[in-house]
Amino acid sequence: MNWHRVWAVTRTDLRQLMKSRDYWMPMALLAVLFFVVVPIVALNVIAGAQDSNVVTQIGAVLETLPLTIQENIRGDTPEVRAAFAIAVYLLAPIAIVVPLTIAAAVGSNTIVGERERGTGEFLAHSPITEREIYAGKLLAALIPGYGATLAGFGVYSVLVNVIVGPQLGGWFFPTSGWWVLILWVVPPAIAIALSLIVRISARVQSAAAAQQAASLVSLPVIVVAYAVASGLVYDPARTGLITGLVAWIIAYVGLASGSRALRREILLGIGIKSAKRVTIPRN
Amino acid sequence: MPDPAIIFRRVGRRFGDIQAVRDLDLEIAAGSVAVLLGPNGAGKTTTVRLATGALQADDGDIRVLGMDPRVDGTDIRKASGVVPPKAAFYDRLSGQENLEFAADMWELGSEAPIAKAAERFGISHALDQEVGGYSTGMRTRLALARAILHDPTILLLDEPTAGLDPESARAVLDLIREMAGQGRTILMCTHLLHEAEGIADQVVLMNEGHAWVAGPPDHLADTYWTDTRVHFDAEDRSALAGLVDLDGVVSHSVNGHVTVELDHLDRLPDIVAHLVESGARLTRVEPVQPTLEELYFEMQRHRRRQVDLT
Repeated sequence: MNWHRVWAVTRTDLRQLMKSRDYWMPMALLAVLFFVVVPIVALNVIAGAQDSNVVTQIGAVLETLPLTIQENIRGDTPEVRAAFAIAVYLLAPIAIVVPLTIAAAVGSNTIVGERERGTGEFLAHSPITEREIYAGKLLAALIPGYGATLAGFGVYSVLVNVIVGPQLGGWFFPTSGWWVLILWVVPPAIAIALSLIVRISARVQSAAAAQQAASLVSLPVIVVAYAVASGLVYDPARTGLITGLVAWIIAYVGLASGSRALRREILLGIGIKSAKRVTIPRN
Repeated sequence: MPDPAIIFRRVGRRFGDIQAVRDLDLEIAAGSVAVLLGPNGAGKTTTVRLATGALQADDGDIRVLGMDPRVDGTDIRKASGVVPPKAAFYDRLSGQENLEFAADMWELGSEAPIAKAAERFGISHALDQEVGGYSTGMRTRLALARAILHDPTILLLDEPTAGLDPESARAVLDLIREMAGQGRTILMCTHLLHEAEGIADQVVLMNEGHAWVAGPPDHLADTYWTDTRVHFDAEDRSALAGLVDLDGVVSHSVNGHVTVELDHLDRLPDIVAHLVESGARLTRVEPVQPTLEELYFEMQRHRRRQVDLT
């Protein structure tokens, strides 16, 4: 694997993405919505509410949770406890949704984009290997996805600490569950989705079809990831580590299989359905 | 005769039900210019793709610079420059960034002669502009610069002048002549016959994925050109009036000069001797030589006759 060429592919895709404002602007808005707007509105409403029905109802829900979880919810008043629960347990799994959505949007266009532009022909005639192309494309989708996670995570941390922190006696976020989620579970979750999406991108006839198919694939992955993430923030230590480990294994298998499936013929826009791999022994 | 740089032996490649290339035999000498002629769908593009290993053959054997594209494809591609039929680039990036990407693919590092290549094809002024704003001619020039950036041993050009203005088309043909002069091996696909005129060491006529005829243009003209017309002219054109009555003259026409069609070109020495003896001071005796286009259509007619016979 020639990492210089891999990075050249990644850098070129990222440069194009950066220059395609119409493409990244909706994704940026999505991140802002989930990491900034929703937390500000939700937390301000809850933390500032006095004896409202919402707070009462949230309080009732919290009392139904297992005792071990209830013990982790901090705060002296129902409003603060509700705000803490929302900040840590309800909005946290967004960290999964946003990067997966961004990575799916970028990833779906990778291979089919080369074909549609015709640049796949250049790549096919160049010395780069199929594995290097695959790795480069994967990184090009993973970097904005995970980058959005980290940036969003940082902004979100500041916001919740500013809004709810003073009532909890200081900086309370991120919690250990968040660290496990962001550093151990989110990367393989994105990789699993991308292993499917890049493969789809290599198989379909157009970028539009790739985006449609990517939505179909990424939606269940997002739902599963959201469910897993929700569980992880309740019980981060053992469950998080095990879930992350399983996710890494699935991601590895998916990526290895995906890299083998990419052939030069696909870059040329032919053999998408009928091409067969011809292997002959080395002399 | 130098060793062949590109060899195809009974190569076949199928796409579903379509046999794109079948039993293709091809031999291109190192340092020569070969032109694949043929209509759209003849298999020319597939041949280029098979040569670099971008596509793999279903049958047969290919050797490029002595290497098998299925095994040593990366090494072959390192030594090859390709100008594809569509000059495709990352349109949001500048010409400079696109060339840098190509330089990265060939691991040229910071020594990549980007400025030199751009200057060679007259696009230095546009290197900082997004390629999306380039004209067709500029895109082709950029594609040429990209193809020679790594100083390839083999240059493969697939319909390189399609849709180009005359100036850009000339840049392509000049590049071919220049690189041929430097001993590079060049394979060009085209269906524009006049392009191959004067630059081809070897012409390969392709049709339905098969090389029907191959050889130097002169040899092909000798073999397939059956035109027996001869142009005559003289200081006093009236001295040629008697041509029409001579033995072996089938037809006769006057169009600035006199053109006669003979039953066989072997008649020509006797006819010239007769004219000289009768006092004609000849200024022109020129058997009609085919243009590549005329030769192409003659070879096509010959091929169809062969197909009909079989």
